[in-house]
Amino acid sequence: MTLLAEAQVSRRPILRSWGKVLAAVALWIALYAVNRTFWEWVVFDAAGLDPETRLGSAVEFFVYDTTKILLLLTGIIFVVTVLRSFMSVERTRALLGGRREGVGNVAAAGLGVATPFCSCSAVPAFIGFVAAGMPLGVTMSFLIASPMVNEVAIVMLFGLFGWQVAALYVGAGLSIAIIAGWVIGRLRLESLVEPFVFETSLRGRPIDLSAGLSWSDRFAMGRQEVRNIIAKIWPYLLVGIGVGAAIHGWVPEDFFVDVAGPDNPLAVPVATLVGIPLYSNAAGVLPLVEALQAKGLAMGTVLAFMMSVVALSLPELILLRRVLKPRLLAVFVAVVGIGIMTVGFLFNLVL
Amino acid sequence: MEIKVLGSGCANCKTLEARTVEALDSLGLQAPIDEVTDFPQIVAYDVLSTPALVIDEEVVLAGRVPSVDELRRLLVNHSS
Repeated sequence: MTLLAEAQVSRRPILRSWGKVLAAVALWIALYAVNRTFWEWVVFDAAGLDPETRLGSAVEFFVYDTTKILLLLTGIIFVVTVLRSFMSVERTRALLGGRREGVGNVAAAGLGVATPFCSCSAVPAFIGFVAAGMPLGVTMSFLIASPMVNEVAIVMLFGLFGWQVAALYVGAGLSIAIIAGWVIGRLRLESLVEPFVFETSLRGRPIDLSAGLSWSDRFAMGRQEVRNIIAKIWPYLLVGIGVGAAIHGWVPEDFFVDVAGPDNPLAVPVATLVGIPLYSNAAGVLPLVEALQAKGLAMGTVLAFMMSVVALSLPELILLRRVLKPRLLAVFVAVVGIGIMTVGFLFNLVL
Repeated sequence: MEIKVLGSGCANCKTLEARTVEALDSLGLQAPIDEVTDFPQIVAYDVLSTPALVIDEEVVLAGRVPSVDELRRLLVNHSS
């Protein structure tokens, strides 16, 4: 009897946290459904702007798109963080341990997508993987897939362009990570890794901090992550949507078709190069991508730009320089860059 | 109690350190906080994702920035 009562008491907070999540889901769906109607009413009826003018359509696009993307991000980051709380880099390394090249590259790329990982952890993860005896190429597959195939970007591409584009993005990103890692492994470049990496001894006992969390903990982590990410990316987001809105209102339809349409062979390489010094995460760059694509920039060019912004970033390269000698760093940039351009060209050909 | 924040000096590490200070203050505890930014040292704890929090040489948290509340719980659990 007391046992039963105890079980009921201990179950109640779990029910309460699930209840809160369900209420939030209902609110989210309602807001998402009325978003367009609401802002059209505010901008055109209440504020009296003309939907036919540039200013009117730019303002409406800005407020509507900001709300939509904030809603999408909040929902996606929460769901992804809760799901990811079951994974950790430590567990990924255990799963990858002892796998040969080839199969290892595929597994590493897949796990790179599923594992919670911030590019600022690239160096400790690299050392931890290599020092534990994982092949260099397999480690690189993980490090490439992780930023390149961003799960927030997957869901946003799905929301903005449909499932085909989202699926293409995932397939392309995984292929680049698998092939680039495999190539780097074949090139036998271990001598170009800073020697201290191999001399590092792992004295700590491996920890798995993803174990033993309750649902309430995982939900709390989700809320926390939403706050952290939105706080970090909102400037990028506003600039991206602002530029997007300006393009939407002022740049004529099909403006980019001549300069950067599917027929211009230089468009993809230029988009890739422009993306390297730009540093933003996938969620920050997507509003811009959406506006560029709407004005006639080819899908492959747009995706190449986005992948380059997220996967080849100057700050990350500077960090990686601590463990990779310049020549290996150059090989890394070249292999990933060529992969991105190939994907861009292929998409422009297919779509 | 001896506390270390492991990380490459990224924004998340600074946030973790600031929140740890806040949690310590609100508990009325005092403890030195060391910033460990040297990669071989970080990896020696077998930490693969930063920022990480080490209390008395034990890794209690890695790869995310927790709330001040959670940090308070970790610190209380550890000091008792």
